Amino acid sequence: MGKKKKSTLQVILEDAGIEFDGEVETDTESEEDEEKNKKTSKQRLRETGRASRLQSKKQEKDKEEKEDEEEDESKEEDNGSQQNRASRRKNYHRKNRDGKKAREEGGQKKDRGKTVPNKDQKESENKEKKTTKRGKEGENKQKKGRKNSTSSASSNSSDEESLSEEELAMLKEQVEQKKKLISTMRNKPWRMVKKLSVLREAQDFVEKFEGALGKGKGKKLYAYKMMMAKKWVKFKRDFENFKTQCIPWEMKIKEVESHFGSSVASYFIFLRWMYGVNLVLFGLIFGLVIIPEVLMGMPYGSLPRKTVPRAEQETAMDFSVLWDFEGYIKYSALFYGYYNNQRTIGWLKYRLPMAYFMVGISVFGYSLMVVIRSMARNANESTADGDDDNFIFSWKMFTSWDYLIGNPETADNKFASITTSFKESIVDEQESNKDENIHLRRFLRVLANVLIICCLCGSGYLIYFVVKRSQTFSKMQNVGWYERNEVEIVMSLLGMFCPPLFETIAALENYHPRIGLKWQLGRIFALFLGNLYTFLLALMDDVNEKLAEEDVVKNITHWTLLGHHNSSAGNDSTVTPPPLDPADVPRGPCWETTVGIEFVRLTVSDILVTYITILVGDFIRACFVRFVNYCWCWDLEAGFPSYAEFDISGNVLGLVFNQGMIWMGSFYAPGLVGINVLRLLTSMYFQCWAVMSSNVPHARVFKASKSNNFYMGLLLLILFLSLLPVAYTIMSLPPSFDCGPFSGKKRMYDVIQETIELDFPLFVAKIFSYVANPGLIIPAILLMVLTIYYLNAVSKAYQRANAELKKKMQMQREEEKNKRNNKASTNPMLQDLEDLLTPNMKTESPPKHAEDKKIESPNGSSPARKPGRGEALAGSPMAGRRGAALTPPSQVFVAQPRTLGVWAPYPGQPRPWGHPLGPVPGRGRGQPCFPRAAR
Amino acid sequence: RLKNPLLFEQEQLFLPVWQICRFWLHGRYHEMAPNVVPMDYTKDPDVKLPMQLIINMPELKENPFKERIVESFSEDGEGSLSFNDFVDMFSVLSEMAPRELKAIYAFKIYDFNTDNFICKADLEKTLNKLTREELTAEEITLVCEKVIEEADMDGDGKLGFADFENMISKAPDFLRI
Repeated sequence: MGKKKKSTLQVILEDAGIEFDGEVETDTESEEDEEKNKKTSKQRLRETGRASRLQSKKQEKDKEEKEDEEEDESKEEDNGSQQNRASRRKNYHRKNRDGKKAREEGGQKKDRGKTVPNKDQKESENKEKKTTKRGKEGENKQKKGRKNSTSSASSNSSDEESLSEEELAMLKEQVEQKKKLISTMRNKPWRMVKKLSVLREAQDFVEKFEGALGKGKGKKLYAYKMMMAKKWVKFKRDFENFKTQCIPWEMKIKEVESHFGSSVASYFIFLRWMYGVNLVLFGLIFGLVIIPEVLMGMPYGSLPRKTVPRAEQETAMDFSVLWDFEGYIKYSALFYGYYNNQRTIGWLKYRLPMAYFMVGISVFGYSLMVVIRSMARNANESTADGDDDNFIFSWKMFTSWDYLIGNPETADNKFASITTSFKESIVDEQESNKDENIHLRRFLRVLANVLIICCLCGSGYLIYFVVKRSQTFSKMQNVGWYERNEVEIVMSLLGMFCPPLFETIAALENYHPRIGLKWQLGRIFALFLGNLYTFLLALMDDVNEKLAEEDVVKNITHWTLLGHHNSSAGNDSTVTPPPLDPADVPRGPCWETTVGIEFVRLTVSDILVTYITILVGDFIRACFVRFVNYCWCWDLEAGFPSYAEFDISGNVLGLVFNQGMIWMGSFYAPGLVGINVLRLLTSMYFQCWAVMSSNVPHARVFKASKSNNFYMGLLLLILFLSLLPVAYTIMSLPPSFDCGPFSGKKRMYDVIQETIELDFPLFVAKIFSYVANPGLIIPAILLMVLTIYYLNAVSKAYQRANAELKKKMQMQREEEKNKRNNKASTNPMLQDLEDLLTPNMKTESPPKHAEDKKIESPNGSSPARKPGRGEALAGSPMAGRRGAALTPPSQVFVAQPRTLGVWAPYPGQPRPWGHPLGPVPGRGRGQPCFPRAAR
Repeated sequence: RLKNPLLFEQEQLFLPVWQICRFWLHGRYHEMAPNVVPMDYTKDPDVKLPMQLIINMPELKENPFKERIVESFSEDGEGSLSFNDFVDMFSVLSEMAPRELKAIYAFKIYDFNTDNFICKADLEKTLNKLTREELTAEEITLVCEKVIEEADMDGDGKLGFADFENMISKAPDFLRI
């Protein structure tokens, strides 16, 4: 048995070796070994030669017994390995084989299960593909193989002592082939039984002859190398996993995404991104401003600006006062007024005013940079993989399940996410082939826009009117509660009723929900701008008032201090007077701190309102709907209140406007960013929980646009808008005289000039003054504008080219499809060619073919009808076409060329092409057919 | 994503340590039915485990296609696996198996009625299993039509292996299957 097995194995291995030689993957180890082998080959020549001769002898002998194994036959058929068979045996073989085949076919029909033929078919298909891929290389290799075989035959017949290099090379090649087989065996769709037996034999062979060829060492090295490769792959995968685990809240967001779709998840991703940005801002402000001040600045109580005034000291620690950010909080490092105008502080000579100014600017600089960079990256991403949309549904269907899931919870999430993603794609699809009355649609859209513009104008006017009125109210005494709070009430009413109104109007437009969301966002944004406007107006009024007040206080303070000194000096010049307690010094209103407090208050109240809205509007409502539903007259869940949907537009805008507040306020309240970081952190957890616990997915779950650029665009706009007031106050308002790092200067930016003059050499100041010259700045701006224009034009051109290319590819694909469909018409010609060959096939059709026919073709002739078989085969494609969808003709094509390609090269057979090499024509004949089968 | 450690331990299935892996796999195979499967496997006993036992393995338990997977790997197509089929299954489903091999078996898995084509009925079954029948009938028809339209290259209204492979070979995350 062992001997026999070895023989069958050799055949297989030869086949496999030939087959795999041509493949792309290279076996590095074997190359190495070859090199090594060259050195030692001379010494070992004698023994190896003997071994190889023995081997080849065995081969010859065993070949006769080969037909016993069915699997071998299939292999032989595939690869035409018969070329190394001596031609004199051919006839005998053929007879033998025919008999065998008939028997086997009978047996197989009984034995094999339902799926086995299918599998075989697929195997063969696969193999065919490989052969076609192989192309020329394979042919070359085959030539080599034949040479080897002839050499082995000659060596066999010639006398034993002559040891040729060829023999050695042959042995080497055999071993290599086997090694290759061992390494590639996993790639073969064989049954395990077969794999195992083949593997064992191959290993035995390699072990036996590797020693002879001096390859024992290489084996270990090879194993080690492979191990390391696997380890490396595993490590890379683990590292990937680790990396995803390091992304904060990734799992949370994925979970939300799987139930609510990518559009809701996009909000959370935006929130996370925002958190990251704010963390950097927080680090910047805390690291460079607050912590140096706390560590090295003058302590609390040392200066008037760092002390609670005497009048407020009683209540400074009350909660109600602290809650309004007055009292001790107001006189802390969290606000602008606390900082001293000392040029340098501490032993580090840290220039705090300078640092304060630079940090204030760099907060904006960094934010701008990061927003624009992320916009650019998103734009890149969205264009990078935009063209792979040929197989959306197929990929979703066949590749979306993750086969590594072993946890029920994960599996549930995965099911939900697959369903959601299907729904998203379905919405897209439905949207794209909706046929509709374009004119009506256009009319409705224009109408909706007109309505919304009317709404916006109306609310804008209302805000303007109310603000005007409030200015008159503020001058009057004894106004009522309503008059005092009119602006706020109107604003919140607008904010409450306008968005739903917009949504109702937007229903007219019937946009895709994704586009609808953008419109909605844009409109509410416009509405909220009014909010911002009123807020800023009120603030400016406040500031102007404070500035006027300051002038008065400045004199009082001056005179008080002077008087104090004078009185103490006049009374008693020998005793040093007790210094005036800083709490008693009269001080200005410090408008910067007022502005900062205003922003902090606004932020905190915004946080509270958001959280309470979520709690009441979502959670309580969900609880009510869920539990009261048991004892209610109508179905609460399906009827009126139902569960809330996640309000993407409202949340995104809330986030964006909140960020605007932070940017505006952070210059005057350095601690604001810290509050915001806390807010974003809690809001991440809170909103995730609220969404998962009390919201329902949207009726039409839609896919978020690939880039979050719309959100980013809004953010950029708000950043710009919030930059304006800050820049205005820095550039044109005088800082307070007795608080803040810039006190005593005319303008805040004077700190830069001061630094340049005092700390830098003279020429820097000169350069600076040149650069600041408008004559230089205006051309520079002009140049930038022109560059932007040019780049814009270039990118437009690229876009057009891209669209063109895409169109071309689509057309090509269509063409290909059409061609395939038309293949049926070209079939007759191929058939003629095949008819020429049928005489040879009649007698030698392999059993597998019969199986194919049995399953696929309606006129699948029984294997017993051998003479008529060829005709049946040849005719079947036609019959298949005529028989419409019942028969899959491609299957027949798959089978047929293989048979031809394999059986043509029999030496005894008339070679129709007169090619000297057996297998090559076979392959050449097969080739035109393969691409069809392979594709 | 949860990675099952068991599934990639046998990457080395046919490397020098393949015997160890085989031993490990045998342990897994044995533990499913300790009284049927002998510990000693040197004599190659002809033992098969029914599908019911195998689909309860933690690796397969949550998989919507577990029955199909087991059926595709069983030699008789009925779902009972001999030990060799079992090893086969693990090796194909392992991450190191090449794309082509996976494509072949994936095709078999998705071909529910084993007619060597993925037809509409197969697609519907696949979809229902993937989404736990949460899509409406129209949505299912729409998706199936789209899949056929996208992937069917020869225009016969169903997916042959060539179509399937062409489609799957371009998929970005197919290797995970």
